[in-house]
Amino acid sequence: MTKTKPKLTIGVTGLNAIDSPGPGVAVIRGLKEAASFDCRIIGLSYESLEPGIYMHDLVDKTYAIPYPSAGMDVLMSRIEYIHEHENLDVIIPNFDSELYSFIKLSQRLKSMGIHTFLPTLDQFEERHKTNLPEFGKKHGLYVPRSKAIYTPTEINALEKEYGWPLVVKGKYYDASVAYNHDQAKAQFNKISAKWGLPIIIQEFIHGTEYNVTGLGDGHGNTMAAVPMRKQYITDKGKAWGGISIDDKKALELNSQFLRSTKWRGAYELELMKDKAGHYYLLEINPRIPAWIYLAVGVGQNIPESLTRLAMSWPTDPYTDYDVGKMFIRYSWDMIVDLSTFEQISTFGEL
Amino acid sequence: MKIKNNIAVSENGFVFNPASGESFSVNTVGLEILNMLRKGHSAVQIIQSINDHFHAEPTVIERDLNDFIETLRQYHMIDHDED
Repeated sequence: MTKTKPKLTIGVTGLNAIDSPGPGVAVIRGLKEAASFDCRIIGLSYESLEPGIYMHDLVDKTYAIPYPSAGMDVLMSRIEYIHEHENLDVIIPNFDSELYSFIKLSQRLKSMGIHTFLPTLDQFEERHKTNLPEFGKKHGLYVPRSKAIYTPTEINALEKEYGWPLVVKGKYYDASVAYNHDQAKAQFNKISAKWGLPIIIQEFIHGTEYNVTGLGDGHGNTMAAVPMRKQYITDKGKAWGGISIDDKKALELNSQFLRSTKWRGAYELELMKDKAGHYYLLEINPRIPAWIYLAVGVGQNIPESLTRLAMSWPTDPYTDYDVGKMFIRYSWDMIVDLSTFEQISTFGEL
Repeated sequence: MKIKNNIAVSENGFVFNPASGESFSVNTVGLEILNMLRKGHSAVQIIQSINDHFHAEPTVIERDLNDFIETLRQYHMIDHDED
């Protein structure tokens, strides 16, 4: 007799599989390949042209949701509407900018029967780019020197302290290397116009970039961890190809991060290894990265484990993965009828 | 001197360092040197073997071997215990 798998309805954001992709489509691929449950996927979109909306083999139905700037009450009321129609079991938010709202709403969502597995508000705030130097000190991790600034004139003092080049970073997204004052000022204006203030000026660390994606159980334990080296980087700094590696130091640093922070949920660590072999923590992304399907492909289905943890189901930690497996991203043109586009644009549902 | 145990070398001369994710291609001579280093052969034995196969001047082989080993060292492929 075959055992039937439980079926879950899971809401997923981040369907913008574009050149700077959101993680949603890769997360859904992991969920669809989950060994321990079947799922119906409800896409949650912000824009009518997010490609995931039209990937009907992966996304069963999509609902437009309001931008975080609209406020939590508007978001909650939209989720209540979606829940009435779809009976959501789990929501996996995949954007930094929406996490604050979902963390704040997590108890209300739980009371409705919608489960999440997110960092605590303290964890989320503590790892902000603006707080990273203090975070490094507190948790014993090398972190490049950085400062949050509100005017371009503040760059003058930092160029003397850090030297050139400098990394100019937005509060949530965007980063650019500036080699002189003019470039730094131009990047300050460009990024602040898009993402607001402050802008973070960070010391540039020469070296090789590595990334680790993982999952913490909220008690300091590693549920999953896969290190990757980017092999091909787009002009937006996104990995278009990467390879799983056996980097014991990066994994030790990852364990230290989890033991110290007791991180709850999925995350990505951006690391830079300098010539002396020191690993600097450049950034902590408090969510699943867009390259998560590599982790699935090497044997650690992080979206599946995260869903199980959200449901409070017993979940075994992953302890192994295939080394030397690559991901190579590609673009794909879909042909879509105007009426389909009209449906999501006008009614907010598809 | 020995290359690290975890370095993967295919029979076509494709080399993969799983710790760094770097990969390289070496020619026939490089492949022979890598295989001999893995087996723990000395520089003298490697020079002799290359000389037997390719009939080059031992001094030239020695210089090229040193260059090659230095490159391996730069890419962290030499076992530190044996370094």
